This record gives sequence, C-alpha cells and structure tokens, in this order.
Amino acid sequence: MATAVANKGWTRDQMAARAARELEDGYYVNLGIGIPTLVANNIPAGMTVTLQSENGMLGIGPFPFAGEEDPDLINAGKQTISELDQSSYFDSAQSFAMIRGGHIDLAVLGGMEVSEHGDLANWMVPGKMIKGMGGAMDLVAGVKKIIVVMEHVSKDGSPKFIPACTLPLTGKNVVDMIITDLAVFQRPNHMSPFKLIELAPGVTAEEVRSKTTASYEG
Amino acid sequence: MQKIYPSAEAALEGLLTDGMTLAAGGFGLCGIPERLIDAIQASGVKDLTIASNNAGIDNEGLGKLLRTRQVKKMISSYVGENKEFERQFLAGELEVEFCPQGTLAERMRAGGAGIPGFYTKTGVGTQVAEGKEVKSFDGEDYILERGIRADLSVIKGWKADESGNLMFRKTARNFNFPAATCGRVCVAEVEEIVPVGSLDPDCIHLPSIYVNRLILGAPYDKKIEFRTVREREAA
Repeated sequence: MATAVANKGWTRDQMAARAARELEDGYYVNLGIGIPTLVANNIPAGMTVTLQSENGMLGIGPFPFAGEEDPDLINAGKQTISELDQSSYFDSAQSFAMIRGGHIDLAVLGGMEVSEHGDLANWMVPGKMIKGMGGAMDLVAGVKKIIVVMEHVSKDGSPKFIPACTLPLTGKNVVDMIITDLAVFQRPNHMSPFKLIELAPGVTAEEVRSKTTASYEG
Repeated sequence: MQKIYPSAEAALEGLLTDGMTLAAGGFGLCGIPERLIDAIQASGVKDLTIASNNAGIDNEGLGKLLRTRQVKKMISSYVGENKEFERQFLAGELEVEFCPQGTLAERMRAGGAGIPGFYTKTGVGTQVAEGKEVKSFDGEDYILERGIRADLSVIKGWKADESGNLMFRKTARNFNFPAATCGRVCVAEVEEIVPVGSLDPDCIHLPSIYVNRLILGAPYDKKIEFRTVREREAA
C-alpha cells in the first residue's frame, strides 16, 4: 500500500516540470517561493525565458558559487542569486508597474485554497501569525496568466480545490490553471469553469473527483 | 548648500519628533539604511509610524527600533522572520497596516509625485479593499489607495556625488527610490561620496533634488538573510 502511494502522482519537482511546460519562448515570468521556484530548473533548452524578481530585477541567474555571494543581489525570497548578461535592475515602484501593468506573461504561485471560480487564498490563516501578503496580491491582479501549484489536499486530507475559499483571499477570480500532485485543471478565460485536462501517472479521474469539492468539467 | 554631514546623528539633528511618520528603504536586509536606523534608535524618538516593506529581523534593521519599543505602527507588506515583531503584534502593542508590496511602492511614489491617491486592481475583493472606495473603469473594479507623504525618508545608496546625485547597486535599489521621494526631508547614507563630475549624469538613479542630507556610512558589514550557493561543476 505504502509503495503504491509513493509511486502515484507527481513529486514537487515533477509538478514544477509540469508547470514549466506552460512556458513559451520570450516569456517574462515571475516565480513564487517554494515549488514555483523549482520551475527555474525546468526551463526547456533553447528557450529564452526571463525571470522577474519583484524586489527589482529582470534576468535572475542561478545561485552564486560559494564565495561569490553578494548581499546586494537577492531574490524576493531573500536568497542570494547571480546576474546574467541580459539582467537589469530597477526600483520597487517600477517593478510593480511592470507587474500591475500586465507586462509579465506568467506567474507561478503556491496556494492554500483555490475556489471553483478561480479565487486564490495563499497569504493568511486567521488565528495564526500573519506575515503579510508581500507581492502576491499585485501579481494575481496584474500578470497575464496565473498558475497555482499546490498539493491536491492539505496535510489533514481535506480538499484545497473547493467551491469557495474559507481563508482570506489573495485575489478574486484570478487563477487560470491549477497544477497539483494529482492533476491539472485549466480554464480558457475567467468566465469559464475549470476543466480537468490531465492526470498524474497512476491517478484516476475518480480519485481526483473524490478529493475535490470544487465543481469542474471533464 | 552643504548636504554632507559628518555622522548619522548630525544628519538627523532637528528632524526627529515623537509621533512622526518615516519612510524607509530596503528589502529584507538588502539596502537598509542601517547607520540612520542606529542613530534613530540612539535618539530615543518614539511612537513612530514607519512605512517600510519589511520590519527587519530580530535586532537587525528596523527590528532594532521594535526591540526598543520606539515604533507605534508599521505599514508593510511582509513581516516574517521577526520574533519580537510577532510578540508585540500578538500582544496588541504594535499596530500593523498590511499593504500589498506593489501598492506600498506606488503609494510612496505617488506621495512623492504629488498624487494624493490612485486606483489599482490590487486587492479588489480582498480584506485590503475593506473601507476603500471602489470605482469601475472600462468594466473592471479598482480600489482607491492613498499616496504616502512621510515627515522623513531614510535611505541607503551606493555612491553619491557631493551634490547628492545618487546611484544604487543591484537589488539594493528596491524601495530606496520611492521612499526617498515621499519624505518632506530625505536623509541618505552611502558607501562612497565622490566629487561632482565623477558620476555620469546619464547614470544617476536618484537626482540630487530628492536628497537633502547625506552621510558616508562606510564601512558596511552587509548581512545576508538566506545564503544560497551552487557547487562548481567538475572540470
């Protein structure tokens, strides 16, 4: 039983790789903290994708070699990074002007809950310490396409793709695609319902249905 | 007109009053005005309202002013990694206005640009929209956010010339630009001050008009919050 469970569905890396299949040549992309960050390791060879860091950089490079860390060069997760030949720097107002202004093609973010209407909750659990929304509300409001990557169910087994979010929202009607460890859901526009378009290896449509309370097509 | 002061304490002389509003640059510990924060701490000024993306971490950056209970209210987008902040917040001793990061940057930019308010999509339909005017443009809802005008801006730059023209370095620019513009007075600390004529006028990030007072803050021992590295591949 344990072995069967371990072999089923996508790992965190595989979820990131699945999200990377949505990249297109020339895209400017913002990646959230956690699984979304792993998308950077899965950019297809030969494809030019420029990563934006909302603290003021386009063209995020890989982690620096040991000894070459620069305290003045960090990503939005406050990790040390490096620059590329095509990198540029700018201030926070400019950074969010490009985000809010619809210039970023794609954002991949983590999620606590997504509703069947595309609402996203990922910044706050009432009663627990509130750390703040950072740039998440700006990203979902302004970026052209929003992919949420999250585990299909929470640690206690309750569904995370649900009819209506119970947690405070990050954005209302903002999600275009959901990638979980079990399946992929997509909708063509913000008026349409989500459709189940793909199952992870070893996962059945019935299993996805049993672990989802949101209504969706397919 | 001499903008260069011999110390952070001297540069802040006459600018600090209890209950004032500050705008501070920096993202995490990157590009924070640490000399000025130290001098503000030493001055004992209290009941501060501070607009800053983050609130430092325990005993670093603005965390120092939290520890000494000099802060009444923070306007910030993210305040994790700070135990003293958490304690004061949960005990109801510290007021916090959570503001989306881009909205905070734009509120500073707008305040500095003479724009008292602006409409944004960010936060529509969320807690952030509560109590704010909603207006529809071309069929989409936007909320009204207010520009921030601070009594004092404290920022950190890389290089400045003697007239106050200033350059930032890499991602240490962040909130330092918008924060600089929204204060009635802006005090900047930099790593190097060079004679006028040494910086290419085409490469100035913050024109001198925004910098009222300037100090040399070097030497700096810049902190890294999360050190991440990769291995060199074998040849």
